[in-house]
Amino acid sequence: MKIVVCIKQVPDAKTVRFDTEKGTLVREGVEAVINPFDLNAIEAGVQLKERHGGEVTVVTMGPPQAEEALKEALALGADNGILLSDRAFAGADTLATTYTLAKAVERLAPVDLVLCGKQAIDGDTAQVGPGLAVRLGIPYVTCVSGLSFGDDQKTLRLKRSCEEGYDMVEVEIPALLTVLATINTPRVPSLKGKLRAKKARIPIWSADDLGADHGMIGLAGSPTQVVSTSVPKFEAKREMLQGTPEEQVDALLDRLEEAGIL
Amino acid sequence: MLIVHGDRCIGCGECDEACSFDAIQVQEEIAVVDPDSCTMCGTCVDVCPEEALELVRDEGKAPGNFDDWRGVWVAAEYKNGEVAQVTLELLAEAGKLAGKMDTLVTAVLMGHGASSQAEILVAHGADRVLVADHPELEYFTDEVYGNILADFAAREKPEIILAGATAMGRSYIPRVATILKTGLTADCTELDIRPEDRSLLQTRPAFGGNLLATIICPNHRPQMATVRPHVMKAAPYDADRKGEIIEITPDPALLMHSVRVVESVKEQVSGPRLSEAEVIVTAGRGIEEEKNIELVRELSDLLGGSIGATRAVTDAEWLPEQTQIGQTGVTVSPKLYIACGVSGAIQHVVGIQGSEIIVAVNKDESAPIFDFSTYGIEGDTKEIL
Ligand SMILES: Cc1cc2nc3c(=O)[nH]c(=O)nc-3n(C[C@H](O)[C@H](O)[C@H](O)COP(=O)(O)OP(=O)(O)OC[C@H]3O[C@@H](n4cnc5c(N)ncnc54)[C@H](O)[C@@H]3O)c2cc1C
Ligand SMILES: Nc1ncnc2c1ncn2[C@@H]1O[C@H](COP(=O)(O)O)[C@@H](O)[C@H]1O
Repeated sequence: MKIVVCIKQVPDAKTVRFDTEKGTLVREGVEAVINPFDLNAIEAGVQLKERHGGEVTVVTMGPPQAEEALKEALALGADNGILLSDRAFAGADTLATTYTLAKAVERLAPVDLVLCGKQAIDGDTAQVGPGLAVRLGIPYVTCVSGLSFGDDQKTLRLKRSCEEGYDMVEVEIPALLTVLATINTPRVPSLKGKLRAKKARIPIWSADDLGADHGMIGLAGSPTQVVSTSVPKFEAKREMLQGTPEEQVDALLDRLEEAGIL
Repeated sequence: MLIVHGDRCIGCGECDEACSFDAIQVQEEIAVVDPDSCTMCGTCVDVCPEEALELVRDEGKAPGNFDDWRGVWVAAEYKNGEVAQVTLELLAEAGKLAGKMDTLVTAVLMGHGASSQAEILVAHGADRVLVADHPELEYFTDEVYGNILADFAAREKPEIILAGATAMGRSYIPRVATILKTGLTADCTELDIRPEDRSLLQTRPAFGGNLLATIICPNHRPQMATVRPHVMKAAPYDADRKGEIIEITPDPALLMHSVRVVESVKEQVSGPRLSEAEVIVTAGRGIEEEKNIELVRELSDLLGGSIGATRAVTDAEWLPEQTQIGQTGVTVSPKLYIACGVSGAIQHVVGIQGSEIIVAVNKDESAPIFDFSTYGIEGDTKEIL
C-alpha cells in the first residue's frame, strides 16, 4: 500500500506572541513545528504500514527550511520525504495549494491513500484536504477519529466525527482522509529513526519538475487575496472578584444580570 | 508583487515593524522583501511615510465581467429533521449583503424530508428556496451534497455563496469551491460589500484568533465563504414574508457516491451544540475528580448551556472527545463562558476568544486564564459551584 501524508510546517502556538499595541507578530523565539494534526496523520500512516505493509511518503509545500519538518517525519517512521519548494509557489491560497499538491501526488502514482490533518493551525482553513481529493478525483472523508481496514484490504471503515456525535462510514481506496487529534497518539521519534532522518537526502521538486501551469500556482493561481490585516483589540476587562466564595458568586451574578445575560 | 522604490526608501523600518508575516527587513538602509513570506496584504504600503512601497498585481488578469452573476446564496444546513441555527443567522446576514447589492437571497436546502423546512427559510429571510429532497440525501455525504450545490451554482450563477462553518459546511463547501475553481474563505466572522466592484469583504481570524485578515476574491465568481456560527444575528420568524419555493429533482448522476454512511450515532452530552451554545461551562483538570463533572453539568443545565472540556479532561476520559474546546477541538463563541479549574493554556484559549464574557474559577491567583477573563474568581471549584 502506498500512502502519502501531506504535512505543513507552522509556527509553534506556544512561541507565537502578538504585540497588541503595534498590531504585529512578535517574531523573536518563534519556532517552526509540524502542524499538530499532521503528526496524527503521519502516525496513522505509519500504523497502517506496520499493520498492512507498504510505504509512507510525506510531502510538504513550503520554503526550503520546511525540509526540517520532513526529516522529523522520517524520524517518526515515514519512509520518504519530498519537498515542494519554488519561489513560484509562494503566496498560494488553498486552491493553488491543492493544485500543487495534486501534481505531486500524481507524480507519485499509483497512490492508495492520502492523509491530511484536519486543518493547519496557522490558517485554520481545513480546505486543503477536501480540495486535494477533488483535484485527484478520489473520494474523501473529513474529521476521521478512527480507522480500520476490512478483510479485503480495500475497504476502509472510518469514524467521522461531527458536532452531535459520529458516523461510521465506509469507502474503498484510493481515498483521502483528514484526521483529528483523537485518532491516535503520535509516537516520539526513535533513536534509529533520528539517525536515519539525519542521513536522509530530501528531494526538492520545483514547479517545472511537477509540470505545473504557472498560472495555477502561487499568487497567480490564488483567487483569494488578503487586503488587510489587523490585530483584534483584546479588551482586558479583567476584574478579580473579592470576598468569601458566596460574596464572589453574588458579585458575579450581579454583573451577569447587568450584562443582560441572566 | 511588492516593489520597493529604492530612490524613495529611507530605511526607516516602519514596514518591517508593521509586517505580520516577517516578509520585510531593512538591510543596509533599504527595505528588502522576502517574496516567499509576502502575502501582498498591503499593510506596509499604508504605513510607509515615503510612499516607497507599491503593490503590483498580476497585469495579465483583467477583472472579468461578472454581470451574469447575481444573487446571494445560503447553503442551508438540514440535519436531524431541522435547520441549523447558523443557517438562520446567515439568511439575515445575506439579506443585509443583498440589500447593499440590490439583489435577492436564495437558500439551497438539501436533505431527505428537507422540503418541510422550506417555509421556515422564507420566514427567516429567503426570497427563494431551491429544494433538493431525495432519499439519497438521507445521510450527509460530501460527494452528493457538494455535487448538487456545485451543479445548481454553475447553472444559476450566484454572486456569493455562504455556508455555516460547521463540521458539515467545512467538509463539503471546499468541494464546491474546487469544482467551481473559485476562492473560498473559511470561518469568517465579519462580512461586508465593497460597493465599487461588488467584492465580498471577508474577515476571519488567523493564527488562533491573534490576527484578523480581510480577504477578497476579485477575479472569480462565485465568492464563497463559510461563516462561524453565532457571530451573526438571526432575524425573527416572520410568517408574512413571501418567497418562492422551487423543488428540484437532482440528476441521478449527481446522486452517486462512493462514501457510504453505515451508521449515524448521536452522542449529545447535554444542551445545544457546543459551537452554537450561548452558555458554556467548561471543566478543566482543576475539578479534580470525575464525579465533580456532575457539579459542572448542574451549572450548565441550570443556565441552559452546554458542557465543554479541556484536553486534560477528555484525555482522562471524564468527558467525551467532542466536548474538547481549543486548537485541536471545537472553537466556540458563546455569550457566557465559564471555565472551572482551567489553567488557560494557549491551545485552549484560542478556542474561546470569541466569547462575550469569560468567567474563570481557579484556585491559583496567577493562572494564565485570568488574563483572558472578564471576571475572575479565585477559589476552589467544588466550593464555588
Ligand atoms: C498540539 C497541542 C494541542 C492541544 N490542543 C488543545 C485543545 O484543543 N484544547 C485544550 O483544552 N487543550 C489542548 N492542549 C493541551 C493544553 O496545552 C493544556 O495541557 C490543557 O488545556 C490543560 O487543561 P487544564 O487547564 O484542564 O489542566 P491544567 O493545565 O492541569 O490546569 C488545571 C487548573 O486548575 C486549577 N485547579 C486545580 N485544582 C483546583 C480546584 N480545586 N479549584 C480551582 N482550581 C483548581 C489549577 O490551578 C490549574 O490552573 C493541546 C496541547 C498540545 C501540545
Ligand atoms: N503547504 C502544504 N503542504 C502540504 N500539506 C499541506 C499544506 N497546507 C496544508 N496541507 C495539508 O492540509 C491540511 C489542512 O490544511 P488547511 O486547509 O491549510 O487548514 C493540513 O493539515 C495538511 O495535511
